[in-house]
Amino acid sequence: MRVFRGDASRGSFREYRVETDQGMVVLDVIHRIQATQASDLACRWNCKAGKCGSCSAEINGKPRLMCMTRMNTFAEGAPITVAPIRAFPLIRDLVTDVSYNYEKAKTVPPLRLKPPDPDGRYRMMQEDIDRIQEFHKCIECFLCQDVCHVIRDHDLKRQFAGPRFFIKVAALDMHPLDTRNRTEFVAREAGIGLCNVTKCCTEVCPEGIHITDNGIIPMKERRADDYDPIVWLLRKFRGQRPEPA
Amino acid sequence: MIARPDRDEREYDVVVVGAGGAGIRAAIEAKAQGARTALVCKSLFGKAHTVMAEGGIAAALRNVWKEDGWDVHFRDTMRGGKLLNSWRMAQLHALEAPDRVLELEEWGAMFDRTPDGLILQRDFGGHRYARLAHVGDRTGLEMIRTLQNRAVELGIDVLMECTMQRLLVDDGRIAGAFGYWRQTGRFVLLRGKAIVLATGGAGKAWKVTSNSWEYTGDGMTMALDAGADLIDMEFVQFHPTGMVWPPSVRGILVTEGVRGDGGTLKNRDGERFMFRYIPEFFRAETADNEAEADRWYEDKKNNRRTADLLPRDEVARAINSEIKAGRGSPHGGVFLDICTRRPADYIRRRLPSMYHQFKELAGVDITKEVMEVGPTCHYVMGGVRVDADTTQSTVSGLFAAGEVAGGMHGSNRLGGNSLSDLLVFGRRAGLHAALHAKDFGGRLAADRAQLEAIARELLEPFTRSGNENPYAIQADLQEAMQDLVGIIRTETELRHALRKIEALKDRAKKVRIGGGRTYNPGWHTALDLQSLLTVAECVTLAAIERTESRGSHTRDDYPKTDAEWGKANVVVRQKNGTIQFTREPLPEMPAELRGLLEEKK
Ligand SMILES: Cc1cc2nc3c(=O)[nH]c(=O)nc-3n(C[C@H](O)[C@H](O)[C@H](O)COP(=O)(O)OP(=O)(O)OC[C@H]3O[C@@H](n4cnc5c(N)ncnc54)[C@H](O)[C@@H]3O)c2cc1C
Ligand code: SF4
Ligand code: SF4
Ligand code: FES
Repeated sequence: MRVFRGDASRGSFREYRVETDQGMVVLDVIHRIQATQASDLACRWNCKAGKCGSCSAEINGKPRLMCMTRMNTFAEGAPITVAPIRAFPLIRDLVTDVSYNYEKAKTVPPLRLKPPDPDGRYRMMQEDIDRIQEFHKCIECFLCQDVCHVIRDHDLKRQFAGPRFFIKVAALDMHPLDTRNRTEFVAREAGIGLCNVTKCCTEVCPEGIHITDNGIIPMKERRADDYDPIVWLLRKFRGQRPEPA
Repeated sequence: MIARPDRDEREYDVVVVGAGGAGIRAAIEAKAQGARTALVCKSLFGKAHTVMAEGGIAAALRNVWKEDGWDVHFRDTMRGGKLLNSWRMAQLHALEAPDRVLELEEWGAMFDRTPDGLILQRDFGGHRYARLAHVGDRTGLEMIRTLQNRAVELGIDVLMECTMQRLLVDDGRIAGAFGYWRQTGRFVLLRGKAIVLATGGAGKAWKVTSNSWEYTGDGMTMALDAGADLIDMEFVQFHPTGMVWPPSVRGILVTEGVRGDGGTLKNRDGERFMFRYIPEFFRAETADNEAEADRWYEDKKNNRRTADLLPRDEVARAINSEIKAGRGSPHGGVFLDICTRRPADYIRRRLPSMYHQFKELAGVDITKEVMEVGPTCHYVMGGVRVDADTTQSTVSGLFAAGEVAGGMHGSNRLGGNSLSDLLVFGRRAGLHAALHAKDFGGRLAADRAQLEAIARELLEPFTRSGNENPYAIQADLQEAMQDLVGIIRTETELRHALRKIEALKDRAKKVRIGGGRTYNPGWHTALDLQSLLTVAECVTLAAIERTESRGSHTRDDYPKTDAEWGKANVVVRQKNGTIQFTREPLPEMPAELRGLLEEKK
């Protein structure tokens, strides 16, 4: 296995030969290298079950979770390369500085719920929240952020929040009890206009979230309407949104 | 010597160490009280264990069962813990859990709904009624993300990838915490008038475990070092259903929700064996035949609950016995079958993560094939001894909440009671830590010589002459704990484990690692090893002391539950550098609570 070793100033791929056992995933191999050959090989992980989004890397050039990439999906003996996700500054080996995402998270306007029912409870129907739950599945692996060319190639990090945050806003907006308008935010601060719907983000999402089709496109379409305050008010009042395209 | 101090210094009113459910909830409360608050964690924000929790949050919301109430929840919790729980904690927990869940909803959490739009509740082991608020089988993710958003909204200072190593005590009061940034290796001194420990458990000391690299018992060890007491350390929960195959995924959790939703355990011969293992204590409320158990899923009023959903200690022991008797599955587990019991779309809807996890990691389609499962180390019931109302430890200004704290769950935790524990006692910890900080008028002192000594100690692994590998020592410890301090214990084996731990402690002093201080997992592992070894020793010593079988602690040489032991905690504390333990009586339960326990169905 060829693993990237190095820091922000320099680095290169180093080759490790490792015995593998049945059922191993890439993360297991990394751990074996740490335990037996390179104790200081830096990588992140927590759950080893695709739930925490810590172990993002580029495996054979593709952004993936190391813990969900089984070794038997590669041809026997073929070299496998493991590199850090490229869109973020490197700290060391497979670990990058993802603080950009945490900074963006701070800018999203939070929920503002309408008052509860007279008995003090909130009522929501399962159908109304099913769509939002799709977006809540996000494990913040930031692979979609990594692969989005606006961030990766053009480095428009200041103007652009990225796909992870578009679906976050979509989830807040679709919340049946929310009363806030985030149109301005999405257009100006989050820079949704820069997205040209290449769907690369959707392709890499390990949670299978339809980031573009169910999140970004409806939001782009809505923008026009939402500038009309009467339409917006009516929608909020009825708690309704147009169906996703 | 050190010309420019190699450290960052910051001062707060409240420093919360740990950003899982308990820590974030504590920080939110402290901040709401106006305290300058820091939230520190070893991983990135939002990646703590809480994110992995699957099944749900236990709270008597009465949305599905009007008959449910805090009193029933209290009774179930105490019975689950074989009455060794701190009754006051169990009482507060049952009383306050519903409010904490509803508050999560106000902060944006989207739980699955009942037909009339309220929060839906599901069945879990040991709970008399369907009581767990959930989001499919990714409740923990929903919970931590909601809390995380709330913390961001409040502008709480989050110090990520920052490991705390020692607590500073000045004149018997807590004064701060000292550690390092993982990313740079630079040291950090956080002065704080109050500190909340919310660092979670220590399951990484076992080989087959559902826990991540973070669970090395740091909080317990720091508290012990600072002079606090630990209790109930002998009680370590083995979750009955972890994955057993392929080897590399061994230990990863399979949620109890599978059984709650109709899955049954079977042995090699296809027998639903749990009916043979119903203990006297639970006989009256447990179905003893398949027909009644199956009816219970449809009609819970007129049937007793299935034996598959007995508390975890009972199920784990039963599975262990089946395997030992040669009736296990090909890879050393038993079978968990939901595919023949529920339609495929039901399984995919109710258990999406389990479906995904088995498909991706084991190549098993759980809508068509049975799962292979076996016990996996999951949760440490023991921990820092705290006052039930304030969560303060025996050290002034040091608070603890969540898995790092002891007492709440007694000898065995019921599923779903952890997430609610985090919310209830996380909030209480934040509140009382903030109040404590407000009351404190003095100056925070930190002894420079002491800080430099700690710093030197932390850097030792770089410069020693030894050649031990920290990963190898960790693996040997896991092996020893798995074999000798597992589900079934005997004095001989426990003593053997102690000797091994001693030897490993010696080896740990000779660990030497290469590389620099920037994000160096070898160094981090070497430091974590210290707390891992300390906790392993505490668990083993306490397990030797408790000469009975109760809850998760089964002694082959003392197979009976002993009424006398039912009145005592094993307390561990550190004196002059050595670990000592005493047996101390439990506080007397008030008569009205006792009455609740006796009330039968
Ligand atoms: C796979 C799995 C499924 C589960 N399912 C359920 C369920 O359905 N229902 C339920 O009730 N419970 C469940 N549990 C149990 C529950 O998730 C945990 O007990 C609970 O999340 C612990 O929360 P906590 O806040 O105490 O700690 P954690 O969420 O683990 O957080 C600990 C925090 O402390 C930090 N930390 C640790 N050491 C240090 C240090 N030295 N310095 C700085 N920071 C430190 C970590 O970085 C982390 O942020 C499950 C557990 C697992 C592993
Ligand atoms: S669809 Fe938009 S957000 Fe997604 S990768 Fe393409 S440009 Fe980026
Ligand atoms: S949307 Fe998908 S790819 Fe993006 S961070 Fe979330 S889980 Fe990862
Ligand atoms: S380790 Fe959690 S997603 Fe891979």
